Amino acid sequence: MAYSFPEEVLEHVFSFIHSDKDRNAVSLVCKSWYEIERWCRRRIFVGNCYAVSPRIVIRRFPEVRSVSLKGKPHFADFNLVPEGWGGYVYPWISAMAEAYPWLEELRLKRMVVTDEALELISRSFKNFSALVLSSCEGFTTDGLAAIAANCRNLKELDLRECDVDDRSGNWLSHFPESCTSLVSLSFSCLEGEVSFSALERLVSRCTNLRALRLNHSVPLDKLPNLLRRAPQLVDLGMGAYTAELRPELYSRLGNAFAGCKGLKSLSGFWDVVPSYLPATYSVCAGITFLNLSYATIQSPDLIKLIRQCRNLQRLWVLDYIEDSGLNALAASCKDLEELRVFPSDPFGQEANVSLTEQGLVSVSEGCPKLQSVLYFCRQMTNAALFTIARNRPNMTRFRLCIIEPRTPDYLTLQPLDAGFGAIVEHCKDLRRLSLSGLLTDLVFEYIGTHAQKLEMLSVAFAGESDLGLHHVLSGCKSLRKLEIRDCPFGDKALFVNASKLETMRSLWMSSCSVSFGACKLLGQKMPRLNVEVIDERAPPDLRPESEPIERLYVYRTIAGPRLDMPGFVWTMGDEKSATEFS
Amino acid sequence: MDGAMGLLGGGGGGGSSGGSTDGSMSTVSKAEVVEQDYVGLMSEVSSYPAEAELELGLGLSLGGAMKAKPCAWREYGRILTAKDFPSVVSRGSSASSSSSSGRGTSTTAITGTKRTADTVAQDVGHANGASQVVGWPPIRAYRINSLASQVKASTAEEDDHSIFGNDKNKNSAKKDTNNSNNKNNSNIQEKGCRRSSLFVKVNMDGVPIGRKVDLNAHSCYESLAQTLEDMFHRPTTTVNANRSSGEKEHNLMVEAAKSSRLLDGSSEFVLTYEDKEGDWMLVGDVPWGMFLNTVKRLRIMRTSEANGLAPRFQERDQRQTPAPRLRGSKPI
Repeated sequence: MAYSFPEEVLEHVFSFIHSDKDRNAVSLVCKSWYEIERWCRRRIFVGNCYAVSPRIVIRRFPEVRSVSLKGKPHFADFNLVPEGWGGYVYPWISAMAEAYPWLEELRLKRMVVTDEALELISRSFKNFSALVLSSCEGFTTDGLAAIAANCRNLKELDLRECDVDDRSGNWLSHFPESCTSLVSLSFSCLEGEVSFSALERLVSRCTNLRALRLNHSVPLDKLPNLLRRAPQLVDLGMGAYTAELRPELYSRLGNAFAGCKGLKSLSGFWDVVPSYLPATYSVCAGITFLNLSYATIQSPDLIKLIRQCRNLQRLWVLDYIEDSGLNALAASCKDLEELRVFPSDPFGQEANVSLTEQGLVSVSEGCPKLQSVLYFCRQMTNAALFTIARNRPNMTRFRLCIIEPRTPDYLTLQPLDAGFGAIVEHCKDLRRLSLSGLLTDLVFEYIGTHAQKLEMLSVAFAGESDLGLHHVLSGCKSLRKLEIRDCPFGDKALFVNASKLETMRSLWMSSCSVSFGACKLLGQKMPRLNVEVIDERAPPDLRPESEPIERLYVYRTIAGPRLDMPGFVWTMGDEKSATEFS
Repeated sequence: MDGAMGLLGGGGGGGSSGGSTDGSMSTVSKAEVVEQDYVGLMSEVSSYPAEAELELGLGLSLGGAMKAKPCAWREYGRILTAKDFPSVVSRGSSASSSSSSGRGTSTTAITGTKRTADTVAQDVGHANGASQVVGWPPIRAYRINSLASQVKASTAEEDDHSIFGNDKNKNSAKKDTNNSNNKNNSNIQEKGCRRSSLFVKVNMDGVPIGRKVDLNAHSCYESLAQTLEDMFHRPTTTVNANRSSGEKEHNLMVEAAKSSRLLDGSSEFVLTYEDKEGDWMLVGDVPWGMFLNTVKRLRIMRTSEANGLAPRFQERDQRQTPAPRLRGSKPI
């Protein structure tokens, strides 16, 4: 039967398919679909920048407009990956500068971005419109100045929790007067001051500005003017929310907020003075995302604010909210989907606030749409976890961090295996789970048995033997990312489940019992994995092979061993792979 | 390919069928299992014969060249601070000739810090709380530093006011913050010293890879210097968990058991820091609290490059005001 569907028609149909998974499926149907699809794919997402090379990506997808890249493993956020490990974006930029002159968007996470890379971006892509850097480092405000100055159609410049060397506030002034295209400008992670006049002028002329996230150097008394110039804002990140108590400022602020009728998201709130909070009340009814995680204010003030936000969907807050505040939240915010409670005093010996497992139970009861939880606390019980699991079978992300490692159920002194077991058993759509507290191998048996949709698992100070790791690797069908620290897991589970590792994005194990010999063997036997030993002591081949290494990072790749490793990273089985991929 | 095939010949399920807590997979029997299954791979059961002679390259050179580079660091490579300068330039020059590139036999062994999970478990179990462990609780450094700077601003302000009698803080909004924070957060400060992390970058001349150090884990220059010596000499994943000889009620304080060799020895290196105004200063000039308030990052600099930083000052004890700016003349 002749296949007579014209390519143009197919291409038009494919243009309605956006998700990567669907596009990947399309490309597997037959060779001609593969060809058509690859020429019309416009967005690519690379979850591990070392899993593939720029050359390979460019060769397959020649007409890309939007690229997302992730570099370092997640545990780099907690200083577990030594500086200099890798994740450099420059080679990608340099390759794309030639191959993708029409590139519009770049989204980078946990990558090392230099000023040279930023300058190259600003000069190479004529239609460049969106730069989003999350948890990136290695650049200064000079690089930002280049972006501001040279990207004529810039719509989005978002810096999220980046480590930026702040040389001066003048980068903002590099936006030319002709720039009116900004839709999103976010620089809350910058430490230094910015030029207010430049900021005000920029905000005034960018009438499409929807998101503006300031850093804490922008004082409160500048806010009313900014808001008056941008009543169309949807997402506001305030600077310092503090000033002497001045009625005139308070009323200007209140009026300015009242003018922003479309505001849905509020964040910032550094150095909050509670008396100024009511100035935001006029917009609270429309707020769906409230980030108070830098606001060191107490529960009563928090409660007053939260009670105003009846349509709240996502709340990030410090544990100053306490159980009483969470009760109020459960009573007021029936649309709540996501709750994150951060510790105000993570390194203190004892609790400084009255936040216990009860608060979380309360929210799980009162908020029927709750599906994403990040909760730092100091005590937990299996009973509470049971209750949460039964209340919220729709939970998709559950991250519990009991601050003291290996803390048991404080009522029964038992491990928390059963409680987490209940979570994975009841929450059948659970995609992300972080464990804490006292845990034996049993919890991993529950996870391996029940958590069939689990994609990411984080484990610390848990388990008793290789069996625990084996349960997870052999059981969790959808597992993509597994990160483990300080657990007595070693070689055997890795060997037995070696091929599982090719179905996952990555495995991280630090301060476990994985021997150097095992890593070498794994690297030799599995050429499609990069088995990286990251060890800051002397080279591992100077030590006994049975000795545990400091850190192991295993990831699947079609690019072979990487060439940019520092002296404390070794790829195992390198010699063999090098000849295979040369 | 069947996903269950592992690297071991047959029986990929190994000891996992059935019993979960009987000894088949326990670490006790692991040694035997390992020997059987590592076909052709000898597992060396003996512990650290080579370690005593192990010569640590310290990462001063990268890759394969690390093999035999010893470092007589502990004896020669001390980090100078401002305290050293009045007495010592000659000692520095004599030491520099023998540091870092020789193959001296006075090597430094890795002293018993085999980081098995058991050891780590003991450390954590005996340590005073979660604060001893790197990266725990899992909170991004950005968030920790933000919280720290809000709390620190209020406490440091008080220090500054009392010692110097003037307001060194330029930002008046911040000053108001402190007043209001003091009122609102008084219950926090009543409870005593709040310890959060303040990570700053540390680079050492000649070492391409920088590190980060938590300044709030120290209460004095000596312990910081000791940590940096260890870090650039023998880095481990946990911060001084083994060395905590003087744990007191403040769980993060690491008291140097003796006066750190950092400050009384000689070295080809000097410890400097960049302050908020972008100037590079010698570490040790100013009171510790003030240092915390102004430091942005550290650099272990070669003494030869640090000549311009030699402070012009009298005896330390007599000094009531901070050292004058070393480059430029901005008063504090």
